[in-house]
Amino acid sequence: MLKRRSFMAAAGVALGCLMALPAQAQEAVKIGLVLPMTGPFASTGRQVEAGVRAYMALNGDEAAGKKIEIVLRDDAGTADQTRRIAQELVVNEGVSILMGFGLTPLAMSVAPVLNQAKIPAIITSATTSAIMPQSEYFVRTSMGGPQSAVPVATWAVENDLKRVVTLVTDYGPGHDIEKGFVDQFKKDGGEIVESVRVPLQNPDFAPFLQRVRDAKPDAVFVFVPSGVGSLFMKQFVERGLADAGIKLIATGDVTDDDLLNGIGDAAKGVITGHFYSANHDSPENKAFVEQVRKTNNMRPNFMSVGGYDAMHLAYAALEKTGGDTDGTKLIEAMKGMEWTSPRGPIMIDPETRDIVQDIYIREVKEVDGELYNVEFTKYEKIRDPNTAK
Amino acid sequence: MLTILFDGIAYGMLLFILACGLTITLGLMNFINLAHGAFAMTGGYVTVVMMNRYGIAFYWCLPAAFLVSAALGAILERTLYRQLYQASHLDQVLFSVGLVFMSVAAADYIMGGQQQLIQLPPELSGRAEFFGVGIGRYRLFTIVICAALALALQLILAKTRFGSRLRAAVDDRRAAMGLGINVSAVFALTFAFGSGLAGLGGAMGAEILGLDPNFPLKFMIYFLIVVAVGGTSTVSGPFLAALLLGIADVAGKYYVPAIGPFVIYGLMIIMLILRPAGLFARGGR
Repeated sequence: MLKRRSFMAAAGVALGCLMALPAQAQEAVKIGLVLPMTGPFASTGRQVEAGVRAYMALNGDEAAGKKIEIVLRDDAGTADQTRRIAQELVVNEGVSILMGFGLTPLAMSVAPVLNQAKIPAIITSATTSAIMPQSEYFVRTSMGGPQSAVPVATWAVENDLKRVVTLVTDYGPGHDIEKGFVDQFKKDGGEIVESVRVPLQNPDFAPFLQRVRDAKPDAVFVFVPSGVGSLFMKQFVERGLADAGIKLIATGDVTDDDLLNGIGDAAKGVITGHFYSANHDSPENKAFVEQVRKTNNMRPNFMSVGGYDAMHLAYAALEKTGGDTDGTKLIEAMKGMEWTSPRGPIMIDPETRDIVQDIYIREVKEVDGELYNVEFTKYEKIRDPNTAK
Repeated sequence: MLTILFDGIAYGMLLFILACGLTITLGLMNFINLAHGAFAMTGGYVTVVMMNRYGIAFYWCLPAAFLVSAALGAILERTLYRQLYQASHLDQVLFSVGLVFMSVAAADYIMGGQQQLIQLPPELSGRAEFFGVGIGRYRLFTIVICAALALALQLILAKTRFGSRLRAAVDDRRAAMGLGINVSAVFALTFAFGSGLAGLGGAMGAEILGLDPNFPLKFMIYFLIVVAVGGTSTVSGPFLAALLLGIADVAGKYYVPAIGPFVIYGLMIIMLILRPAGLFARGGR
């Protein structure tokens, strides 16, 4: 008898739990994470996801008393997919925040969805200046336009590199960065010998590098997407530009933390400007790097930290609205938000919703048998000069 | 100036090794194999895995890349391609494009989407000055190997018994079979050899062209240009076409960087207007 009663009680508890579940699920806040997890930009997706997961592992899966749920979708790096997925996430999944977007066209494609649904989207990777004005609901935690290039121009002039050739990949971010660098460099009194643009689908850098070599500048400033960057570095060394006395300065994409060890000794001594290095010395960064190493067995790069900070922004905005998931309230809460990221202190500009951050000048060095971008000076509170008001 | 010429030749040689397998299947076997780049990619990945994971010397990776790609080519030829020899060209294109997408997805799944890098042995990296002309050592190495291969290929096709069997099988399949030539074995061997060459090209190109899962798609255009300009009935046609395109591409990008990438297409259009059947057409097919 007693046995039966305890069984009934247990069944009752179990049933109660089952019924309580949907109620709890309603309390969950869903975040739609749209990333290229397959295709040529899969490494971006992999890194951002690692950053997002690391944040949740370190800070729990609750914000403002609500459970946070990530809905990860793969757009394979094609814009029509991104848009369809974003729509689906908003309509069918009922997500409160969208996140991710690996490339400029992918981010651009969701702007109409955001404007209609009034849902904030946190950009973790795409960088062109042109994205932000497309929707009042875009916020960015990666980098704005030529943010990383402008301080490199200042640094170059300060360090007596007065004649420079620029070499950028011929697409949106490349144009932004070329313009940012050239404008600042001329303002500081430097001379641009030539501006070379390399096609995006470019198999061989040889002719462009030879052109740079024959122009005999003090330095060549380079921006190429991170995967191609490693190939570029090797050909730079092979062509003997360094021996000809031409210094290589670049944005941090070229010495991506994810690929740096693969480039090998060719990368040593390269000077780059960027917002994040896995070698950044702070307790926040140590915890972050350790967590990513533990769960994903890889070194986080600048994409990864974009994902991490996007999660922080989402959590903090929810705390500020007291758990209210209304899109307009969330975006208002995000404006002007300041915090210490693994990369250092950052802020969301209340005017442009773009990120304001320190840019570090780094040199590639060997630390404990591995290659790292070692920061040696920084320029504080850099804004995107194209959108800053 | 001479450096540009030299770089162009090296690039052209590489294109030739990558594309000549396609010339063989397309011109001699009359099969449109758009998946040719997939074999090149296989060779590249074989090299990457052997060098980076097992630390095997670069020189051993090259023959290995050839053998693995050739074996893969032979297996696919026996199981899949041979079903389509008699099919229409549209079916062949659809089939081989499907194969390209499968290979891209497979490489992405197994190796990941990032650029693969290899470390060349020190004696091949860097550059040297010869009479004031800067020459990349690795590019010189590429030229030597590719030139030797091109020569060997031409000799095999023109002088050996196998070459004449192949030509006979292509010209008239039924008559060749009637004469006791094992046509299907000849085709299988030829296909495997072409795939192997592509694999070797992929392995050698990893340093200059890069290697990621999109390799077969990225270079399909270049292969097709080489074959279209060079014509498909000889080896020397595509060889000269590849050299010409390599030099034009490099020189175009050096002298007029603003329209550099277009030079190669412009050249193709002009060539095709002047010689629609290729550089050395052997009469109407």
